[in-house]
Amino acid sequence: MNKKVVVGMSGGVDSSVTAYLLKEQGYDVIGITMQVWPEDEEFQERENGCCSLSSVEDARRVAYKLQIPFYVINFKDIFKEKVIEPFIDEYLKGQTPNPCIACNKYIKFDAFLKKAKELGADYVSTGHYSTIYKENGRYLIKKSEDDKKDQTYVLYNMTQYQLEHTLMPCGTYKKDRIREIAKEIGLNVHNKKDSEEICFIPDNDHGSYIKRERPQSVKEGNFVDDTGNILGKHKGLVYYTIGQRKGLGIAFGKPVFVKDIKALTNEVVLGNEEGIFKKELIAGNLNFIPFDKIEEPIKVQAKIRYASKPTEAMVYPLGEEKVRVVFEKPVRAITKGQSVVFYNNDLLLGGGIIENIL
Amino acid sequence: MNNKIIYMDYGATTPVDKDVFKEMEPYFCSFYGNPSSVSAFSLEPKMAIDKARSRVAKAINCKREEIFFTSGGTESDNWAIKGTAFAKRKSGNHIITSEIEHPAVLNTCRYLETQGFDVTYVPVKKNGMVDLDYLEKSINSKTILISIMLANNEVGTLEPIEEIGKICTEKNIAFHTDAVQAIGNINVDVQKLKVDMLSMSAHKFYGPKGIGVLYIKKGMKVDNYFHGGEQERARRAGTENTPAIVGLGKAIEKSNSSISTETVRLKSLRDKFLKEVLEIHGTSINGDLVNRIPGNSNICFHGIEAETLLMALDLQGICASVGSACSAGSLEPSHVLMAMGLSEENSRSSMRFSFGSSTSEQEVENTVKALKEIIRNIQNV
Repeated sequence: MNKKVVVGMSGGVDSSVTAYLLKEQGYDVIGITMQVWPEDEEFQERENGCCSLSSVEDARRVAYKLQIPFYVINFKDIFKEKVIEPFIDEYLKGQTPNPCIACNKYIKFDAFLKKAKELGADYVSTGHYSTIYKENGRYLIKKSEDDKKDQTYVLYNMTQYQLEHTLMPCGTYKKDRIREIAKEIGLNVHNKKDSEEICFIPDNDHGSYIKRERPQSVKEGNFVDDTGNILGKHKGLVYYTIGQRKGLGIAFGKPVFVKDIKALTNEVVLGNEEGIFKKELIAGNLNFIPFDKIEEPIKVQAKIRYASKPTEAMVYPLGEEKVRVVFEKPVRAITKGQSVVFYNNDLLLGGGIIENIL
Repeated sequence: MNNKIIYMDYGATTPVDKDVFKEMEPYFCSFYGNPSSVSAFSLEPKMAIDKARSRVAKAINCKREEIFFTSGGTESDNWAIKGTAFAKRKSGNHIITSEIEHPAVLNTCRYLETQGFDVTYVPVKKNGMVDLDYLEKSINSKTILISIMLANNEVGTLEPIEEIGKICTEKNIAFHTDAVQAIGNINVDVQKLKVDMLSMSAHKFYGPKGIGVLYIKKGMKVDNYFHGGEQERARRAGTENTPAIVGLGKAIEKSNSSISTETVRLKSLRDKFLKEVLEIHGTSINGDLVNRIPGNSNICFHGIEAETLLMALDLQGICASVGSACSAGSLEPSHVLMAMGLSEENSRSSMRFSFGSSTSEQEVENTVKALKEIIRNIQNV
């Protein structure tokens, strides 16, 4: 009997081609779109956002074209609980979370994998650009062939069990080739644009989104400098992130940047650019992939956000739960709530959530 | 995929019966004349519609001129409810319906609430039966319309339409019943039930999709819903869908003629199915055991998401159904089961199997077997 795999289909080109590639490789493929947003007509009307109604229809058309069964599953409640609510809470605490990391951890490779197993499948599969392989009895992840599209950053939480049951066929291709394949097999989604925003905030305005969801919690406050002098009024903590320069709404006569966000006093600290370059951080909520934990300091290349370049760094264990990361040279705008992710060249080592910047 | 389908979803729709299809066929390419035209060529389709109307009238025991062809159950419900509400708004603005109606009724009532009408949604008992006391107590001097379904689409419960009919007659309130799920499954006599309006839809009784009927008792004041030409005695505009109307007429005649034998057959299949499914640990039946359309079973698989079960069955070619799907196709807990007092969790664990003309004992056995395997697998994950 063929191995059975459930592909998470968003209606985009990557997951569509994923389904095709796996079918070609001889798997029994089932396509599923996870519906994750709460009922909201406005969302349903929006075009092109991942998982919007039109995307579900795209996914269904692709599945039909590939002649694979297709379903839509309702993950609205769990997505709200595990992704949206924590996202809002963290912003309100002055942090800048990455919801894709939470979604991968709790939805795609947990609830979704469980669902797939319940359907009798052996694997789940996603259109992520990264490569899973096995070496010396351990599952490992390495960066994608396409450096520009590499998505290993959002996968550092994967466990051995999850990796054992996950297929990511896109990792060995470049994005351009994936688009070519889509075109060759006649998928209309071949030229659909990449989704780069947060899927449940298609207009990318997370501040306004949180204000709509929790109107009482977003309060105006003061911009202050390092010594606490009031520089002006801000619209609410959730509108700002570390390193931000644009959209502060005040002219200071010189470039100023968000240096810190203080939830306790509802203050946003502004300063010059040098002030946002830091060398050390503390991270928690750790996961490592080639090994369970680190006991000795290790030398890594570390990324502090999805789009940043890796920087040489040392990772020092701080007990079981946390690590201290010391960069070789200062990095710009280390941000609480984002993840720091460690690599050894192409190999994904692991990562954690940035809790403090020293 | 889907080489051999086991179809357990007759409550959703039915295949068109071969005899029905045969009667419809000439009205596509041969007798295509517009029934409302004057030409002799139009006489054939006109008479075909006349025959269909007679067949429907005979099937539900009313006069021919009380039958109006519509585009289906949803239009019939909309017409009956909005048409009555607007026709009678001078004498009152209160409408009574139940919590377990089809969305075609519920959402029509919700719309009317935005137009100055008050709506009472009568709760139901655990078995899905409308609470008659509550209904009677809800009636006030402003009540102009009561709309209660004849058979519920999810759990198959038969509602006490005759009793409600009596109440409405006494109090001179217009009474509509959505009989979409009942026609073809049980004998329906509008005189006996004392209903003023009744909706039906052909595709639930082996007729084509996109055609339905609204029975309107003579003398009832109901505003038109479709405005336009003079079709259907100027009550429902739009060129008649001749082949579909012909199909509906044949389908109601044919299914009505076999109700007594089919009822026995379907009940025995259902009882066999229930007996075996209920042997699975953690299962229970939703709805009433006696007052129920014969082919319907609705089962709660406690602790298991019916969504998963539905997909797993579907992967084996077995079609059943769960709650209601949103526009994208993901499932929401059923408002009917929740109204019957099921928790959201149990509602999400419930599934409908509806049997029909082609359901065989072998299919029932295969379905039970598949269910047992799937549940074992889910419990092992």
